[in-house]
Amino acid sequence: MFSRRDFLQFAAVSAAATGFSGALTSVAAQQKLTQDDLLSFDSKGKLTLLHITDIHAQLQPVYFRPPSENYGVGAFEGIPPHLVGESFLKHFGLEPGSALSYAHTMVDYVNMARAYGKLGGLDRTATLVNAIRAERGEGNVLLLDGGDTWQGSYTALKTNGQDMVDCMALLKPDAMVGHWEFTLGADRVMEIIDSMGYPFLASNIVDTDWEEPVFESTAFYDRGNTRVAVIGQAMPYTPIANPRWMFPEWSFGLRTDVLQENVNNARAEGAEVVVLLSHNGFDVDQKLATVVDGIDVILTGHTHDAVPHALEIGNTLVLSSGSHGKYLGRIDLDVKNGKVVDFNSTLIPVFSDVITPDVDMRAAIDKVRAPFEQELNRVVGKTENLLYRRGNFNGTWDDLLCQGMMHERDAELAFSPGFRWGTTLLPGQDITIDDLYTQTAMSYPSVYRLEFSGEQIKAILEDVCDNLFNIDPFFQQGGDMVRVGGMGYTCTPKNKIGSRISDMVLLKTGEAIDPARNYVVAGWASINENVEGPAIYDVMESYLAKQDVIAIEPNDAVKVVGM
Amino acid sequence: MNLNRRQLLTRTVGVSLAGLFGVQSRAFATPEAVAEAVKSFSGDSEPGSGRIKLTTPEIAENGNSVPIGVSVDSPMSDDDYVTQVVIYADGNPNPDVITFNFTPASGEATASTRMRLAKTQNVVAVAKMSDGSVFTDTRNIKVTIGGCGG
Repeated sequence: MFSRRDFLQFAAVSAAATGFSGALTSVAAQQKLTQDDLLSFDSKGKLTLLHITDIHAQLQPVYFRPPSENYGVGAFEGIPPHLVGESFLKHFGLEPGSALSYAHTMVDYVNMARAYGKLGGLDRTATLVNAIRAERGEGNVLLLDGGDTWQGSYTALKTNGQDMVDCMALLKPDAMVGHWEFTLGADRVMEIIDSMGYPFLASNIVDTDWEEPVFESTAFYDRGNTRVAVIGQAMPYTPIANPRWMFPEWSFGLRTDVLQENVNNARAEGAEVVVLLSHNGFDVDQKLATVVDGIDVILTGHTHDAVPHALEIGNTLVLSSGSHGKYLGRIDLDVKNGKVVDFNSTLIPVFSDVITPDVDMRAAIDKVRAPFEQELNRVVGKTENLLYRRGNFNGTWDDLLCQGMMHERDAELAFSPGFRWGTTLLPGQDITIDDLYTQTAMSYPSVYRLEFSGEQIKAILEDVCDNLFNIDPFFQQGGDMVRVGGMGYTCTPKNKIGSRISDMVLLKTGEAIDPARNYVVAGWASINENVEGPAIYDVMESYLAKQDVIAIEPNDAVKVVGM
Repeated sequence: MNLNRRQLLTRTVGVSLAGLFGVQSRAFATPEAVAEAVKSFSGDSEPGSGRIKLTTPEIAENGNSVPIGVSVDSPMSDDDYVTQVVIYADGNPNPDVITFNFTPASGEATASTRMRLAKTQNVVAVAKMSDGSVFTDTRNIKVTIGGCGG
């Protein structure tokens, strides 16, 4: 454990091997860390790609605790992004206590969060983007938005994403792709795209009748004296992971054959550099890079993995730029005779306390929040624990949601979906409406109350677990395991579907879950149409009102075996 | 918005996931039954791989209507063409899905259709050529409960 005073007594160690500025890799440098340190970069060639993804409507700086578990299976076990904590630090040569250690790991998270402060904020990101455009020349930079931009906050929910659309417009992205965007419904998506002023790309969405493309697949740009093609890839399993009835005429899927065709077409039309702007997820794109030829760079999102620099997979660079506005991804490419001959890459952690907010973006954020300011700041509870969501099995925020649902809906068990969005609260913080909605704001929030048999519960857990741990990444949908309340189980990720889940137990009595007995289950985010029940944020507000202070017991109800 | 427990409990749920877990009392086809059907379709020929390509989604978006496509590499000339392509599913109540008949006048041996899939299973396509040779391709299509993705 470090205190702020201890930091200052550590020697400042620069991890030269990482290529990062000393102020980012050395211990306790927050007082010294500057905007210039964040922007310091060994630039290459003329062309710069900037990548921001999975903002989940976080306009303001956030705390976001990186996961303690992020297991990979098969070929992807033990390699990035499936490294956490000390293994992550070791792999990337980072000093515990350094700024990058705080940005990328949960090691000593609370103390580090208090020392280094929040990350993100679109006004800070705007400052970085503007600085890089000034440094490199406006005509040499492409800014690409990897999607999951229009969902995840109170204001995005109340404005149907318009707050994000207005603020992103100031950032002037060159293209975007989508996933949670589709949960605004097909009509709203089309309405925004018509007014957006930059392309919404999707190589892998066709209409269900004729299997014809719904969106443009590819956009071409002349930047850095280079002809660049950007191909978009939407989250392939959107109609399975999210309610298909909200966009019933659109079919998704990986469609690698179509993608290969679009890459070939882009080359035929003179593209010297082909970029895939992807919402596939990190492991899907690691495999995709080996299956589809001719992609120079994959800018990947969806799984919220933050890896400090691009990985080289064959001839393809894969950069995964985290989530919630915590990072701005940057790749510089040196292109000669239509080939990438050199590159450099980084994720810039957006340390909000050391970046001067961009004035125009600040004004825009204030404007979209103004009508809701009083409600956003309304305190509905207080926590004495760290509340976070991210992790393969359970987070304290979801423990709280499960408690609330079981209590308010008088259920024996609760299910909370394994979403990867949702920010973090430090011990002692108030819980505001703004905070509650970062965990729950979405367009199908009803909390159902149903009876499931023990057999059905097992089938659900096995099904979700296979979406997370299928040995073939093309079958991984990119969420974490469904969170459970009121029960425990053992998970063996390396087994096959049907045999990963065992020892299911009802915590209240310690009895085994009986396959033949029915249990009353409360849960939210069902993908079925016409689900009845109160919204999760209302259920939780009601529950929080009854608690003096939130204190979550350590949760060891899920045991993981074989990892 | 404040809800008391009574209000919450009276807003009861009107939807059920039961459809996804409907009691499966019907008999299902088996991989062995499909292997038998392929054998009887192939006659004396041993099915080879290549030439035929079955296109399916990795995971079905809607198990009631899964788009599949098949194409066979053939000159489709009078003396060298595809005569038939048969599609089987090894986990449906009835393994026979569809038979496509071709003639040289078809021009190319491609076809697509939609099929219903009861559960995760293998879909098998078998093409018979005018010389009696047979080619096959198999794809596993996953059918999931869905949801909880994020």
